[in-house]
Amino acid sequence: MDYLQQLLGPAWLPIWTLAKIIVIVLPLLIAVAYLTYAERKIIGYMQIRIGPNRVGFFGYRLIGLGQPIADAVKLMTKEIVLPTGADKPLFLLAPVLAIGPALAAWAVVPFTEDWVLANIDASLLYIMAITSMGVYGVIVAGWASNSKYAFLGAMRSAAQIVSYEIAMGFALVGVLMAAQSLNMVDIVNAQKGGFWQWYWLPLFPLFLVYLISGVAEINRAPFDVAEGESEIVAGFHLDYSGMAFAVFFLAEYANMILVSALTSILFLGGWLSPLPFLPDGFFWIAAKMSFVLFLFLWFRATFPRYRYDQIMRLGWKVFIPVTLIWILVIGGFMQTPLGYLFH
Amino acid sequence: MISTIKRFFNTFLLIELLKGLAVTGRHLFARKITIQYPDERTPQSPRFRGLHAQRRYANGEERCIACKLCEAVCPAMAITIESAQRADGTRRTTRYDIDLTKCIFCGFCEEACPVDAIVETRIFEYHGERRGDLYYTKAMLLAVGDQYEAQIAADRAADAKYR
Repeated sequence: MDYLQQLLGPAWLPIWTLAKIIVIVLPLLIAVAYLTYAERKIIGYMQIRIGPNRVGFFGYRLIGLGQPIADAVKLMTKEIVLPTGADKPLFLLAPVLAIGPALAAWAVVPFTEDWVLANIDASLLYIMAITSMGVYGVIVAGWASNSKYAFLGAMRSAAQIVSYEIAMGFALVGVLMAAQSLNMVDIVNAQKGGFWQWYWLPLFPLFLVYLISGVAEINRAPFDVAEGESEIVAGFHLDYSGMAFAVFFLAEYANMILVSALTSILFLGGWLSPLPFLPDGFFWIAAKMSFVLFLFLWFRATFPRYRYDQIMRLGWKVFIPVTLIWILVIGGFMQTPLGYLFH
Repeated sequence: MISTIKRFFNTFLLIELLKGLAVTGRHLFARKITIQYPDERTPQSPRFRGLHAQRRYANGEERCIACKLCEAVCPAMAITIESAQRADGTRRTTRYDIDLTKCIFCGFCEEACPVDAIVETRIFEYHGERRGDLYYTKAMLLAVGDQYEAQIAADRAADAKYR
């Protein structure tokens, strides 16, 4: 590696960073593909069906593991229909706006203590800022499609994301108070010492609020009014087809994996092992993310879609008061000798 | 008062939601009921109403007497019949067409037929590659009947005691 560094000179840093980006993004895209497969399979099983089990590799069915590849090829070869009356530049820009933040947020996500692309001090703030940008893709898509269903979906999505961002932010304030840091590596390190030290236990209400707001943020069932198949057909990406649709799809699932990663890092101890004598490592964060993703799929298989006004009521009148009160509780306890409970 | 408090804790502790999750969680491990169609098949009733067929008597004479009851009863108006007198003085169809794109497979034609000439068979895996392919003429219907007569007769016999 030193030899390469000398050979490339000043070009070394961008190339090395690019290599690291690819090492993060490529497995992420594969994870997205197989998350769709896992979703269809798990929801199928919960509905006493089998799910996709035909498409395999080289003539073997392999319980349908080839399905996401076939879907990707199909979407890539399909035509991107531009509706008449659509605002063409914005229409094509919207998927980019959606996937950009979904991928950019991964820059600061630590997979282990050393496996992090950019270990910046305010990484949590960066995540909050970047993920909030994702809503522009949705709004622009709804606007540019020039269709009332798409527009309704975009409006709903925007209102929902704005409402739940606040509860989510307050839930994170609790984590920040407990960890005394905005850096995600420090936050994980503050949770050392077994699963009872992870923040899900002392900050349990905030953990629940964060998990549920997370589901709302990524527009997943039961908060998927932005898509609302039965009412507004597909919502903001109604007029998208082919790869343009696939990019929205990628963004949604990348966001899903991102929220699962954040939940693992902030509340479930990241790469820390649940028992002190077991070695820490990437395996644990992967296991925790898989668990949270499974929860998302489980929710989708179980809960019917929320009514729109109920979503707003839950966000504003339940989550925000609950998080505020729990922040006060934490702050109060931290002034007493019992404060160690929250560290 | 008590019920209000109970309700508060029930909603706040997500009791009902956890119950719902338990149901789907149990079903995750339940035995799957999917029939993997081309490899596995569901059992068929002898009353199955699939592709139509025209039957013949054992001596080779076609059963249909052109009474046009099926044409009259057909709710989708899928049947078209024209008749004429044959050389031996009997009335026979010169045209007996069923437009399968119109047919709703209700089985009324079979019920209406006084001589069990038009029947619906168990065949459901057939297709047309052009629109006209699903317009079945008398010759095509008779061909289906000739090919599957054994099955058709067995099904009528099995169902006869319930009629």
